Amino acid sequence: MATSTLPSSATTKPVVELVEATVRFCGDSGDGMQLAGTQLTNTSALIGNDIATFPDFPAEIRAPRGTKAGVSGFQIHFASQEIFTPGDQVDALVAMNPAALVTNLSDLIVGGILIVNKDSFDAKGLEQAGYKTSPLTDGSLDRYRLIPVDMTATTRNSVAGLGLSQKEADRCKNFYAMGLVFWLYDRPLDPTLRYIDDKFAKNATVAEANRRALKAGYHYGETVEAFQNQFRVPKAKLPPGKYRNIMGNQATAIGLVAAAKRSGKTLYYASYPITPASDILHELSKFKNYGVRTFQAEDEIAAMTSIVGAAFGGAMGVTGSSGPGIALKQEGMGLAVMTELPMLIINVQRGGPSTGLPTKTEQADLLQAMFGRNGECPLAVIAARSPADCFDVVQEAWRIATRFMTPVMVLTDGYIANGSEPWRIPDVASLEPIEITHPAPVAATSNGDGANGHAAEAFMPYRRNERLARPWALPGTPGMMHRIGGLEKQDVTGNVNYEPANHQHMINTRARKIANISADIPLATVEGCDSGDVLVVGWGGTYGALETAVRKQVAAGAKVGHLHLRYLNPLPRNLGELLKRFKKVLVAELNMGQLRTLLRSEFLVDCIGLNKVQGKPFQVHEVEAKIHELLKS
Amino acid sequence: MSTEALPVLTPNDFASDQDVRWCPGCGDYSILAQMKKVLASLGVVRENTVFVSGIGCSSRFPYYMNTYGIHSIHGRAPAVATGLKIARPELSVWVITGDGDALSIGGNHLMHCIRRNLDMNIVLFNNRIYGLTKGQYSPTSPLGQINKSAPLGVIDNPLHPLSIAIGCEATFVARSIDVNIKHLGMVLERAAAHNGTAFIEVYQNCNVFNDGAWEYATDRNTKLDTTIELEHGKPLIFGKNRDKGIRLNGLEPEVVELGKGISEDDLLFHDEKAAEPSLAYLLSRMRFPEYPEPIGVFRAVDRPRYEEEVVRQIDAATKKQGEGTLESLFNAGDTWDIN
Ligand code: SF4
Repeated sequence: MATSTLPSSATTKPVVELVEATVRFCGDSGDGMQLAGTQLTNTSALIGNDIATFPDFPAEIRAPRGTKAGVSGFQIHFASQEIFTPGDQVDALVAMNPAALVTNLSDLIVGGILIVNKDSFDAKGLEQAGYKTSPLTDGSLDRYRLIPVDMTATTRNSVAGLGLSQKEADRCKNFYAMGLVFWLYDRPLDPTLRYIDDKFAKNATVAEANRRALKAGYHYGETVEAFQNQFRVPKAKLPPGKYRNIMGNQATAIGLVAAAKRSGKTLYYASYPITPASDILHELSKFKNYGVRTFQAEDEIAAMTSIVGAAFGGAMGVTGSSGPGIALKQEGMGLAVMTELPMLIINVQRGGPSTGLPTKTEQADLLQAMFGRNGECPLAVIAARSPADCFDVVQEAWRIATRFMTPVMVLTDGYIANGSEPWRIPDVASLEPIEITHPAPVAATSNGDGANGHAAEAFMPYRRNERLARPWALPGTPGMMHRIGGLEKQDVTGNVNYEPANHQHMINTRARKIANISADIPLATVEGCDSGDVLVVGWGGTYGALETAVRKQVAAGAKVGHLHLRYLNPLPRNLGELLKRFKKVLVAELNMGQLRTLLRSEFLVDCIGLNKVQGKPFQVHEVEAKIHELLKS
Repeated sequence: MSTEALPVLTPNDFASDQDVRWCPGCGDYSILAQMKKVLASLGVVRENTVFVSGIGCSSRFPYYMNTYGIHSIHGRAPAVATGLKIARPELSVWVITGDGDALSIGGNHLMHCIRRNLDMNIVLFNNRIYGLTKGQYSPTSPLGQINKSAPLGVIDNPLHPLSIAIGCEATFVARSIDVNIKHLGMVLERAAAHNGTAFIEVYQNCNVFNDGAWEYATDRNTKLDTTIELEHGKPLIFGKNRDKGIRLNGLEPEVVELGKGISEDDLLFHDEKAAEPSLAYLLSRMRFPEYPEPIGVFRAVDRPRYEEEVVRQIDAATKKQGEGTLESLFNAGDTWDIN
């Protein structure tokens, strides 16, 4: 393999060094754009860039070929400095067909590099994209550095003689496009060649075809005159350590296994297939040799209620879904709150309501997480801010769940679930155990047992500790037999009880227990200025865009801070005080103002909203524009 | 292994301290009594036993058993029990449910629980009515029944619980009657002994909202003619004078009188171990008044248990790949160092 890397010294073209670059591949959903993006991502990560990615694909698996509905894209931002977002606009756009061009062009910077597969710009392709004349010749692309490549023809040429059908040959186009972009940004081919060896190990011909297409694309860049130079984005100065590239759902899965190991528990993950949460199930179902028990349930309700059973049995019960599935699980969550058992419910949010936008991101399930159940039914809610942060958040959620004997809702979203970033691999020895105690067996008494009510020292399933958490007694333990359920129960004994004063007491107690968590979590912190004119408050996957916008504003001299909430219920105990340190509070979220509603009612602060529900993350400039507006008014 | 002798438990040791709150005269009392008796006689370890239920009169059952228990939410008991059983395969798990709980709101869970064949017992108390919500028709209410939500009579075609269970690939299917206590005890014992999901329908009288629904099957004067006790390997004979039998006419069962040229050998012989569920299904379709209704074990076959398969895959993967460590998990795939 040593000779397979094409060193940049082989080219005679000059190399221009950049701090960062943003590239987007787009094409038909059958064109392999997600793969192209993933390869560029992994390669960029491996050579030490900081990266942030944004895969964007349609809900349809295969919309009609060449149509706008079928366009799939993958954007990657790589840099030699710390970055937090996949970038507002792209420096280079690779469009595999007219539909991809027309739907993506507006995100390309003026003067940006535009690589198109000109072979697809035939009459039919143009018509499907709604072009009256070909943009390649009518001058409408003059603002860009247009590089039309006859990708279909050259890919076919490069694989000629391997005996592939035309369809098979055309399927190698994405590798050709990758090769070209790899040359353009001076990336090594080795990781992708390794990927090809691995992925197509069983089909030597296809492997060879893809290798050839990749190299042909690379060589094309080297030889064609349209490219005057290469670009190079050097290594980023990230904190020292060992890194890997990680996607949010992957980090969630790994974090769950870590939490199970730290607490000495068996991980039981129950889920029903749903976009964009299914990858958590896929990942965990591979981890059998870690002792993970996965259960693909018959429906969302079964997934949820089965974790109540698993939790009763003493396992680490976790279910994951997205908005519509979470709605179905809510009654089961009520049972979890009532039985006061620890478990996790992960909501990888997507656009709603109803089926909504399955493959697009949104943050509109916060109030569902807070209030979606019948009755006064509080549970803890925490949110991850980035792909790698999912790893930490699920472990923190499990720590809270077991310490307070409560279900915890973990909010991520489609954007961070499918997005990726470099993850500094933690030192396993640095992970502290999550301590869990279960009541020890009690010997049989003269009454024959120690079950509730039978003996003086009867087990009291709802006798609480100083945090108001009840004991987690497990089946199989002599003397601890008890019955729990969804009916209101008497405090201490856990017996069914309908007395008015007891109900009030239990409602108050369950609420106080959740409120007590605030004493157990870190204080909120403000990045940027710690007091001043505008405080930008956000939560979840918008962290990158908000932090980048605030840093830019601070660099420009504005007195702006950024407060990003991980803990949404209960809120950090210093939050009210922090909000008062700024003249204005801007709550930016991908919904119509759900956190804003909570903050207003909790702190009587007149928060201003920046709200967007377009199935897309915030762009940095949108946030900056709003901050600017507030600074001026 | 401890050599200490286990304490001998009586049915009363299986009673919790809670007052039983079913209506006086309810058939549930009898089922509870038989359950306690059977568990005591089997020497069941209470702390290793969990009763899981949904919502409805029958679902109060776990509160009255001095074992572990979950009174969950409407229809979900099979799913709750599935999670428990996968997490803790060594526990003995019983699901207590009713016709509305299991076949209406929880139909989907019941279906999938049975097909997975987890080693647990599901006891469906069939009273053909919604009792706890005071008298609406249930999925097993007969056509034409007059009740609170069908003042002009039920128009929903009723379900046969055992036909459903068999359609869901059940490995153990049985039926008994609340007041037929000996038989009920035997069926519960057989269910407890079965390795896999055991599904039992118990005819249960709701004397408040649907009194006498099973009278034909319980009345001393008629029951021997309206029910037929299944015994493995034996011909299907019934009647006060044991002079009637079931014969197969093509794919249709028919009631015949013994003698007059028809001998026992001409009758249908019960085979609970038949690999194909066709016979069990045919028996589950026999309804009064056209036929006597079979009671006993319809089907008892062996198939792998879901939770064992879960563990088997984990063991196999662990053997092949070695026990996963966090080191190997974190460091999987391509990594790079930054100094
Ligand atoms: S309503 Fe019917 S089923 Fe319910 S407890 Fe009363 S008699 Fe039994």
